[in-house]
Amino acid sequence: MSEESPILFGLYVPPHPQPLLSPDANSGYANLRAAFETCRKRIEESDADLILVYSTTWPSVVGHQIQALKESIWTHVDDDFHYLGSMPYNFHIDTEYAHEYCSAAEKRGLHARTVEYEGFPIDTGSVVALSLLNPDNRIPACIVSSNMYANRSETIVLGKAANDALISQGKKAVVVVVSSLSNRMFTEHIDPSEDRIHSSKDNEWNEKILEFFADGRLEDLSQLSREIHGQIRVQKVVAYKPAWWLAASMGQHNNYDGEVLAYEALHGSGGAVIQLTPSSGSFGDKEFDEDDVEYYQGDRNVLNKGNN
Amino acid sequence: MSKGEIVLGCLAPHPPHLVYAENPPQNEAFSEGGWETLRWGYAKLARKLKTIDYDAIVIFTPHWQTYIGTHFLGLPEFKSKSVDPVFPNLFRYNYDLKVDVELAEAMHEETAKAGIITKMMRNPDFRVDYGTITSCHLLNPSWDKPIVTISSNRNSHYYSNEVMIEQAKALGEACMRAIEKSGKKVVLVSSHSLSHRHFVTEAPLPEDMSREHIYNHSQYVWDMKIIDMFRKGQMQEVVDIMPEYTEQTIAETEAGGLIWMMAAMGVPSYPAEIYGYQSVIGTGNCIACWDPNTETRELVL
Ligand SMILES: [Fe+2]
Repeated sequence: MSEESPILFGLYVPPHPQPLLSPDANSGYANLRAAFETCRKRIEESDADLILVYSTTWPSVVGHQIQALKESIWTHVDDDFHYLGSMPYNFHIDTEYAHEYCSAAEKRGLHARTVEYEGFPIDTGSVVALSLLNPDNRIPACIVSSNMYANRSETIVLGKAANDALISQGKKAVVVVVSSLSNRMFTEHIDPSEDRIHSSKDNEWNEKILEFFADGRLEDLSQLSREIHGQIRVQKVVAYKPAWWLAASMGQHNNYDGEVLAYEALHGSGGAVIQLTPSSGSFGDKEFDEDDVEYYQGDRNVLNKGNN
Repeated sequence: MSKGEIVLGCLAPHPPHLVYAENPPQNEAFSEGGWETLRWGYAKLARKLKTIDYDAIVIFTPHWQTYIGTHFLGLPEFKSKSVDPVFPNLFRYNYDLKVDVELAEAMHEETAKAGIITKMMRNPDFRVDYGTITSCHLLNPSWDKPIVTISSNRNSHYYSNEVMIEQAKALGEACMRAIEKSGKKVVLVSSHSLSHRHFVTEAPLPEDMSREHIYNHSQYVWDMKIIDMFRKGQMQEVVDIMPEYTEQTIAETEAGGLIWMMAAMGVPSYPAEIYGYQSVIGTGNCIACWDPNTETRELVL
């Protein structure tokens, strides 16, 4: 299985800027930073042609947006953590892959478009991930948005389309999901040395999710996404989607070697750096009956049924 | 020094489509027009604003989202390009604006005294959000007045619409105290749509008005109910119904702007001036203002 997959391994990393801007403010941030460094080295040692990022801090409304500007240069400042400093970036984007991903998404029924505009505001999570994982633009990157209305079917199809595009271009990639685990932050400013997970409930859920990751049970996490959303996600969007996208792009099974490189608090939320590498062994004791989906049919227009 | 006052409160929606449709020199994208009902309404309100004596615009925006308190722009100038992350095809606007830092600091101080978590934003690389730019451009295209932007703390995500309302009220009242102490004449702007369900696809020509309509009838009925209350001066009732309205229509009022403005203005019981209502990519948008001056208040639409 691992020989066939165009995805060499997957990473799950947090979106907060502390590991980039203030890694020494607490030992947890430093641990996360070190884990990012380890992943950077592993990407360098792999023969990946591309880093593909799915970012939960880039919301879209009109379908799915894919970053395609070859030289994406700007100085980013976070809405909340502006006082930690600016994040200048200069990312090399794989424009050809971005266009291929867009057309693969369209072939699967999704509304998708590339964005190719000077000054486009690349989101905090993507800036942090690419700055730390690929600081010298050793290989090109691509970034895909997270549609705020999209739910399971749409996200799974979006993940599969990423894979389609890699296969059609014969490229090998490392995929990176940028997302917290629990995402409830403290609502006041804190001394970074006193950072901790917001509640023990959030911490317990994070630990359980990390057990699944460590066991390589990606499809199980994908199937548990709705439960995760209800338990530890602030209800900003309709669903917790990263595991759907990651499983759909990497393969919807539990045959992975999982490694949790770091798990720390980031202003109260759960930040983890995790690697999943395709393997041959399967682990899992759960069965699910939610149907798989290959093609997105669009909204079912329940509201308008019977009105004609 | 005489007591400062709020000379006008504006509900000013910020779909970037409206700036796009105007083709101002600051925006890179080019359009063939569109959404005239809103644009002409904005033009009329902008003309009224020209007849009013004021020192600064204070704007509350849903597109500077903060989770750790309420933040205020805290540097005298910002000059950069704002590219809308959602509609970059429509909005790539080169802005050059001035901030009334003294007023921002006064509001920050008064808000902190009221027990609200606050922060001044002093990073010169910070990009001003497109909600601020769109509403301010349409209300005052000459940009000849300083502004203060207030971020929207997302209490409705973390707690509930009820908690958001309580905090937005406290923020509004604190801002009012700061304005009174400042001796300045201020225009408040609450920048947002009403019902806020978007279409998730876009026509090849975004300004193709044959494709534009409200997302569904329920959104329309709720919007009309709220606008009717604006007309009748029933703003306390609007405040009371807000949690239900916001939930039913996924309204952009969830950010707290309207409650903030109403609280700062003492919850007006006089009629609002209505300047237009139209959908933009399915969302409901109303331009309105509350004029405390009985001499200049008029029935517009
Ligand atoms: Fe908005």
